[in-house]
Formats: sequence, C-alpha cells, structure tokens
Amino acid sequence: MWKHALLLLSLAPAWAQLPTDAASIQAGKKAYEWHCAFCHGAGSDGFAANLVSPRLIYAPTDSSLVNIIRTGISGTGMPPALGMSETEIKQVAAYVRSLGRTAPQKVAGDATRGEALYNGKGGCTGCHMIGGSGGRMGPDLSDIGIRRAPASLRTSIVNADSVVVPGWAQVNAELSGGGKLSGVRLNEDTFSIQIRDDGGKIHSLAKSGITKLEKNAAKSTMPSYEGKLSGAEIDDIVAYLFSLRGGL
Amino acid sequence: MKIVKSLSLLLAAGSLVCGQNAGNWLTYSGNDAGHRYSTLNQITKANAARLRPLWVYQIDKTDKFEASPIVRDGIMYISEPPSDVTALETGSGRVLWKYKRVLPDDMPVCCGKVNRGVAIHGDSIFLGTLDAHLVALDASTGSVLWDVAVADYKAGYTSTVAPLIVKDKVIIGSAGGEFGVRGYLAAYDAKTGKQAWRFWTIPAAGEKGTETWKGDSYKFGSGTTWVTGSYDAALNTIYWGTGNPGPDWNGVKREGDNLYSNSLIALDADTGKMKWYFQFTPHDVLDLDSTQVPVLADIQWKGAPRKVVLFANRNAFYYVLDRQTGEYLLGKSYVRQTWAQPELDAKGRATWLPNTHPTAQGTTVYPNSPGATNFQAPSYSPQTKLHYVMTRDEGGVFYSGDDSYKQGSWYLAGRFVSKPGEEARGAIKAMDPRTGTAKWEFPMFAPSWAGVLSTAGGVVFSATWEGDMIVLDDATGKLLWRFPMGGNVFANPVTFLSGGKQVVAIAAGHALFTFALE
Repeated sequence: MWKHALLLLSLAPAWAQLPTDAASIQAGKKAYEWHCAFCHGAGSDGFAANLVSPRLIYAPTDSSLVNIIRTGISGTGMPPALGMSETEIKQVAAYVRSLGRTAPQKVAGDATRGEALYNGKGGCTGCHMIGGSGGRMGPDLSDIGIRRAPASLRTSIVNADSVVVPGWAQVNAELSGGGKLSGVRLNEDTFSIQIRDDGGKIHSLAKSGITKLEKNAAKSTMPSYEGKLSGAEIDDIVAYLFSLRGGL
Repeated sequence: MKIVKSLSLLLAAGSLVCGQNAGNWLTYSGNDAGHRYSTLNQITKANAARLRPLWVYQIDKTDKFEASPIVRDGIMYISEPPSDVTALETGSGRVLWKYKRVLPDDMPVCCGKVNRGVAIHGDSIFLGTLDAHLVALDASTGSVLWDVAVADYKAGYTSTVAPLIVKDKVIIGSAGGEFGVRGYLAAYDAKTGKQAWRFWTIPAAGEKGTETWKGDSYKFGSGTTWVTGSYDAALNTIYWGTGNPGPDWNGVKREGDNLYSNSLIALDADTGKMKWYFQFTPHDVLDLDSTQVPVLADIQWKGAPRKVVLFANRNAFYYVLDRQTGEYLLGKSYVRQTWAQPELDAKGRATWLPNTHPTAQGTTVYPNSPGATNFQAPSYSPQTKLHYVMTRDEGGVFYSGDDSYKQGSWYLAGRFVSKPGEEARGAIKAMDPRTGTAKWEFPMFAPSWAGVLSTAGGVVFSATWEGDMIVLDDATGKLLWRFPMGGNVFANPVTFLSGGKQVVAIAAGHALFTFALE
C-alpha cells in the first residue's frame, strides 16, 4: 500500500491539471478553432485524428495530451504549438477531453453488415490491413475509427482523392533500362525511391536509373466506390470502420 | 615560438580570413567574414569518394541539434540543446567535460529549445543561453568564469545564437521575435563580462526610425538577431541581420517600414553605433527574418575591386551591397517568389504586390515563412568566387489574426500553413555575385536545413533533409560522395585537422558525425 502511495506521489508532479470550468473550456474551443481545426476539423470532422473519443492513441493521460499539443508528434503531421501559451495549451487539452466525453458521432449504417461488405463485395482486404490481416497497398485500418470521423471516412470511400494520406501517393516510373513501374510510394529521398508495385512487390530504385518519375500526391491509388456500392452499403462500411479502435 | 605566433596574428589581421588558423575552426562561420570556407585541402574532388565515418557522438536530448562546432588544438566544443556545452577530443570523440545549465521552467520559447554553437577566445568558451544569459566557461574544465543576464527571459528573450568574438569583446544577439521583444545586439568584455555597448534594433521614443512605425507599435517591434553575423577588421565594422517585426502576420497596427527590422545593420565594433543599414523587406507580414549570415567578399565589380557584402535573403532575393557604404549594387530573385514585383527599384527596395498580405480567409504566397533560405549557413569560396546557398521552394497560406502585446506572451497576430497538396523542394545554388544568378544547382527531394561548407580542396560539403551527408564538386555541383546518417539535419558542417588529418563534422538527428579519408 505504501509502495503504491509513494508511486502515486512520485508521479503527481508530472500530472497536468486541466481546467474544468466552462470558461476555460470555451477558451480552449476558441484556440482549438484557430490552431487545430485546419486538420482536425471544427467539429472534429477533419482529416487528422478524430478527437471525439474517450481515449486518444497518443494521449492516454492528460499530461501526454498537453505534451503532444506543446511539442507535436515527430514523424506525423502534428506540429508543435506555435502561438499557444501554456494556459491555452491546457485549455485546448481540456476542450479536447470535453470532446471525448461527448457521445461518439452517430453512424447510420450497421457495423456487422459493413464488416461483411468490407471482406466481401467491397474487396477492401486486398489493399488494407486490419489486425495483421489484409493487403499492404493502402494504409492499415486497425484503428481508423479513432483516427478519422465518420463523415471523413465516407468522403474517402466516395472520393479517395479527397484525402491522400502522406506516404500513399501514386507513382509511375520509367526506367533507364526500359520498362515501367507503377505503384505506391513507400519512401523517398534525394537519391532513391521505394515503391510497392501494383502486384505488391517492393522495389528500391536509384533515381539515377529512372528517366521519368511521375508522382501525384493528390491522387490516391484507391478507386471510388460511388456507384459500385449503394449509399446504404457505404454507410454500413463506414459504421464498421468507425468501430475499429485498435484495442482502445 | 612567440615570434611565429605574433607573425601569424599580424598576417591574419590584415585579411578577411581573420579568425581561422591552421587546422582549427575558431568561430561560427570559420572566419570573421562569414565564409564557412577552409583552406584545408586534403579532401579533394579526386579522393572524396574515400571518405568514411570516423566517430559518432550521440547526445541524450530529443530537441533539435543545431550546433556548429568550434575546434581548437584537438578539442571540439559543441553546444547541446537546450543550453549545455560538451568538450570532445577530436581523434576519438570521447567526452572531456560537460557543462549542464539548469534552466527555469517558465521560459517562453518559440521554435525549439535549441542552440547553434559557442564561441572561443583565449582560455574561455562563451555560450548564449535559453534564459538569455551570456556565460563564460573555462575551456579546460567547463567551470563557470562569469554569468551575466543579457535580457529578461520572462519577457520572451532567449539566446540561441553562437556569439561572435570581436577583438576583446563577445557579441551576442537574441531571439524572441514572436513575443514582441525589443531586439538588440550587445557587446561584453570577454574577461569581465561587463557590457561594453548595446545597439537596439528598434528605436526608442524620440529616436529616428520610430516614424516608420504606426503609433507606439515600435515598443513591441521585435527585430531580433538570432543568427551570427560577420566582422571586417579593416573597416572595424560588424555586420548582422535582423529579424521580423512584431507581430509577425498582421501589419495593420504597425503601418510603415518598421525599421530596423528585416535589415542588415553595420555597426562600429568599438562603440556599437550604426554606420548604415539596408532594409530588405519593408513592412514584413510574412515572417521573413533577414537573419542570414552576411558574407563579406572582395570582388571585381564592373572592372574595379570592391568590398561587398553578399546576402542571400529569406525573402527570395539575392543582394550585393557595398559594405563600406551600404550602397545597393545588385538584387535578383533567386528562388520562386510571389510577394514582390520581380524587379527591385534603383535603391534595391522591394515593392509588395497587391493581395499578398495575410487575410482571415488565407492568402497563398511564395515563399512560406521558413523562406527561400533561413538559418542554414551559406559558404563563399575565394577560390571559385561562388557563394553557395541552401535554398527552399515552398508556398504558404497565410492567415491574419489579432493579438495584443502582453509581456512574455505570443505576439503573432496570424499563422501560416504550408501550401497543401504540394511537395516542397530544395537545392544548393552556387550563386555568382557578379550576376546574381546560379552557376549551378544541386536539386534535392526536400528543402534541407543543413548549411554549406566549401574548402580549398575544391569540394562543397552539406547534407540533405533526409540525412545524407553529401560532397559536391565546387565548380559543377556534381555529387562526389554521400553517406546516409539516418537523421534529419538542422546544422552546419565544419572542417578541421585532427592528428594532421582533415576531418569534417556535422550534426544529424541526435548525433554528431565526423568523417575522414580512409
């Protein structure tokens, strides 16, 4: 018991005390709309993490949430706070937590039917992975329900070009020895590019061996499902995807 | 021995390469003229492919590692984030001593808890700190010799700049331009830590220059000095770039040119009095700090020798000025820009184009706030007479907002995002000062935050954003060698001798890499 109490005491200074009063949360909302809504959406319907969630994958504690707002998340599109005071950072964190206490966004479809469509008629498993099963031609969807809001998911299914996740741009390469290669860009630097071709095979090419390289960061390799699935079927798939929380 | 030492000092005093001797790297840019050029020539175009890693020193911090090392007689002195100093033995990379500064936890800091390097003079190492102090350390032990507060960190002042030694003085600038501070450049006696002079980059009430600010907006005018400047001993003049006016992205409350923000200032080294200034971006609303390293060069200009200062500016224009008078000689756009008319006027003044200021709805402009170049150090080779500049090509969407000044709080009045859906590009450009055009360029996948170093070996060292150390032919830009360091680069390369062997060093990720011929 004492051991636990000491542990709690030792952790205490690291805990962020978020404000709980309505005025602070309202101030946090205002700052959020200025600093965060561009990516996360004014109603958390943006293309970045869906914050209407009781738990956030990178921010299990209030301290980690404050720290993430302050310093960003390295290797992702989340930048450090520029222009937010420490008070505002805590207010924004409090507002984000208040979003998490609201009911999750409502979805019109049925998740069970959606799962069947995802695995069957939709053919989604050919490209996407969930929990270690599926293809690698598109982003892993194991926790897509906490990264994207339902409206954003629906938009992507109807028009995949609306949000092309960085790193999933379509590329076409013409090689100096003859031949062409098209697929998804896995990585790139000044001297080389790594591509997963349409058959799923990985190629690492020196740029000196490429005569023409077309990249379309605004073009997704995913087809549009509008017309291929009914509106109700798309709703069902959205409901299924929104239920995927990566264990959270 | 004493005679030899005096002789070398005399020789150095009469030339622009003062500050550099033998195989040492004694000041931020390698010499007082801001050249980041070394006379070392062991590494050449012919043998650069035989470069190999010598040793790697890892720091235990997660903040950006921006230090440009100082090397003297087999010992390297680096700053580590946030405000620490480490001495390393150059042959082995082993640590000799560390100075760890305890910082307050209530510092308003803009853009990372970083530091760009230390200065050395006699037996002392000088460090500007995040809490806006200037500290002198014993070069042998790292113990504190003196420690003075240069400014009040609670008001938003920080020092991330490597100090510059000018005779017996330590010249130190400040950051904090996003907090509405009043910028300055200050000189301290190297022995005692006593302030010798201070030049305020923003005029005070009643002083000339305040008429370029609406109302009393000059009181929060910023104009900070966060990148190391240059010094001409023969002219006894210090040259230093100044930063953006405050607030950054909304100029409505500060109508006017906002002197001496975004300028090159030329100061008397003994008194700190201003000799002349040249403002590059009047009434800046895009956060285009003119805090690049001024490069002092003696060139042939229209058939006659001329003492000039070269300035590749963040605002996407390349400038050549007479460094005795500040007279404008040449200015040309060298990176894509859409904020100003393509031609500067006869005095080198840029003219803003309509609809290029930030708005509530957002205005797309090239370049974005990180600019056409930034704190990446350029290099000038007296051998090729080319000025090597790391450039960036990226647009931004600028939004205006409203902020009122409050001490120690952000004072931005807007924000920007990089232009969505567009991949930024970078390139090293070999600028010819006589024409303002690039003789060659080395394109890069992404804009790099690495500086550039050239040497008498006919090579140019730098790094890509992705972390490749690269060596280029200084005459053609041809790639001679590269090494993937595995971390993003925010630092400048230096070169020196260790045990008689030429070594090149640069920080990447959270480690300092050194290279030498196998």
